Amino acid sequence: MLQIRDLTKSFPQPDGTPLHILDIPEFSVGVAEQCVLVGRSGCGKTTLLHIIAGIGRPTSGKVKIDGWDIALMEESEVDQFRAERIGYVYQTFNLLPGFTAIENVMLGMTFGRDRADKKRAANLLERVGLSHRLTHRPTQLSVGEQQRVAVARALANRPKLILADEPTANVDVGHQQQIVDLIRDTCHEEKISLIMVTHAPDVAKQFERIEYLEQINHAGRAQ
Amino acid sequence: MSLWKIALRSIQQRVLASALTAFSMSLGVALVVAVLVIYGVVDQSFRRSAQGFHLVVGAPGSRLELVLSTVFHIGKAPAPMSYDVYDELKRGRLGNSVKFAVPICMGDMYQGCRVVGTTSELFGDLTYSDDNRAYEFSAGRNIQDGEYFEAVLGSIAAQKSGKKIGDTLRTTHSGTSGMERQEAFTVVGILKPTGTPVDKGVFVNVEGFWRSHASALDAAAAEAARARAAKEEADRVMGVTQESESTTTTELSDKDLMIGLEATPTEETPTAGAASAAEANDADLLPRERKRITAIFLLLQDGTESSIPLLQRELQTMGVQAVSPVEEVSQLFTGLIGNLQVILLILAVLVVVVAGIGILVSIYNSMNERRREIAIMRALGAQRKTVMLIILLESILLALGGGALGLVAGHGLTWAISPIIAEQTGVMVDAFMFQQGELYLIPGLVLLASIVGLLPAAVAYKTDVAQSLIASP
Ligand SMILES: Nc1ncnc2c1ncn2[C@@H]1O[C@H](COP(=O)(O)OP(=O)(O)OP(=O)(O)O)[C@@H](O)[C@H]1O
Ligand SMILES: [Mg+2]
Repeated sequence: MLQIRDLTKSFPQPDGTPLHILDIPEFSVGVAEQCVLVGRSGCGKTTLLHIIAGIGRPTSGKVKIDGWDIALMEESEVDQFRAERIGYVYQTFNLLPGFTAIENVMLGMTFGRDRADKKRAANLLERVGLSHRLTHRPTQLSVGEQQRVAVARALANRPKLILADEPTANVDVGHQQQIVDLIRDTCHEEKISLIMVTHAPDVAKQFERIEYLEQINHAGRAQ
Repeated sequence: MSLWKIALRSIQQRVLASALTAFSMSLGVALVVAVLVIYGVVDQSFRRSAQGFHLVVGAPGSRLELVLSTVFHIGKAPAPMSYDVYDELKRGRLGNSVKFAVPICMGDMYQGCRVVGTTSELFGDLTYSDDNRAYEFSAGRNIQDGEYFEAVLGSIAAQKSGKKIGDTLRTTHSGTSGMERQEAFTVVGILKPTGTPVDKGVFVNVEGFWRSHASALDAAAAEAARARAAKEEADRVMGVTQESESTTTTELSDKDLMIGLEATPTEETPTAGAASAAEANDADLLPRERKRITAIFLLLQDGTESSIPLLQRELQTMGVQAVSPVEEVSQLFTGLIGNLQVILLILAVLVVVVAGIGILVSIYNSMNERRREIAIMRALGAQRKTVMLIILLESILLALGGGALGLVAGHGLTWAISPIIAEQTGVMVDAFMFQQGELYLIPGLVLLASIVGLLPAAVAYKTDVAQSLIASP
């Protein structure tokens, strides 16, 4: 599903020298495989997920998803690709405050090739247990409910790969397990590959595959 | 979800700022609409009432003044002419080329409406508007030439005075002549609205007018006499008095100074004819000197361009002028009023442009807080050009929303002031008549909104997704 080869990412620093964040010779995730990514703060987890999603471009290397090397694509093609095949769940949920729950979910299908489907959006919200909150705005939802809307939105475009960046960091422990289960179960049912970033050991230990970014990332070792 | 809806949502998110910018846009558009509608309607109304006959005959002087006062009831009426001019056009040699010659005597005001003495021909034989509409009565009938004290009211005049069929009206005037009698006119008809100054006129039989309402003509004649005398005096002082002119003037002052009298010095007695039978039977026959006429509306047998100048020249030799009302009105509109409209339009369009800049500022100011929303949409797969388009659509929605409001407000505004316009000018403004210029408003607003939306849209285009997503909590 995902193959990364010789990926490097560096940011230019004010003094002109590049700041090397990522140098990953090899990393891959299979179809429907679930993998948790851990590492200390600032080691480049979010940067890596952004590159996989095509939000950030790699400095060099190959990022193949579903057979397509997104590093070679035009920006607009990557946008299209992301709209159709990738679901993203953020630590801060990133719901749009002006839109209702169901509209936020529909936004997840708006930019892809398929037309936004209200019925599917309602189904997804029902699946995350929010069928009674369809027309609430994010500010009218609890934190746990907001994250469930965000999960529903990530599923809206029938993605092949879901990237979850600390999806439970802002949720209390009771809801934490609920959300992790929700994401894992749906990915399992729909055969979606999953990469989840977390700092919580009791979340990480539930995964069969745990990757430590410091181990696969050689840029960290150089420092 | 459509991009329109996304744009609409972000407008709703900033309700106050959006409402204010849309409101300022609506003000500008309302001004444009009001200028267009009022000009369009006034223009149409003026042209409409200037149609239906070819020439207005009246005393020499300002051509425009003659048309404005007798056709549109605006301003002071010029000095009256002698009855002989009318006689000549009606029954004389010039009568051959004339289909209808309708006398018009401008009188005093009756409850804010002009009293006009005329004959049944005005509404019976003449038409108005460019499609030759006949005058119609909403109640009653036309005045009859044999019944001297009948009156017909225009629709507004009827409304204003509250008079109905069978009511009588007594015209008030400052009598100076001993000849007049205070006879009351009986209302026999009320005209349907025409959208012309006729609507606010009180039309009475000219025979009755002469008998009861001559003072207005007297006053006008006296003033003209004074003016002439003053000029004559000035000429005498200057020593440039011409022989022929001085004799004419003397003759005129003898007979209450009636213009046009010198042209028919031999025709002292009224010509016998069918039309004068009524007058002959009338025991109360008026002397010709009292039958003075402010203007004559002429409908010619042959209204072609070649015949009009000929008649105009003939009438000039009689000491009167014949003016084409259509020509005067279109000169007035292409000249003064047209320029005025252009200036007003420019001002109104400037208001629209300023409102457009208001939209720019409003959206641009919101871009900072919206960077994150844009980044989220990009993260959901929206392309750069898509988020740019959303901002442009937002600008267009604000402009069109404000524009639609302005369209309604503009027509509403015109509707609100139309009674004032009608009262001042007799022009009935149909506030909901759409003008062609309004069609340009929609593409114009879309263009303006696209231009002013370009700057914030460019900000949206350039938004760095990764940074915006990380930067804010
Ligand atoms: N646009 C940028 N320019 C320069 N440096 C950047 C930029 N974006 C990220 N970095 C740096 O790259 C490093 C990795 O950042 P990243 O957000 O990927 O960390 P992370 O592993 O997600 O950390 P956390 O667990 O705290 O979320 C950080 O040191 C950060 O300062
Ligand atoms: Mg991170």
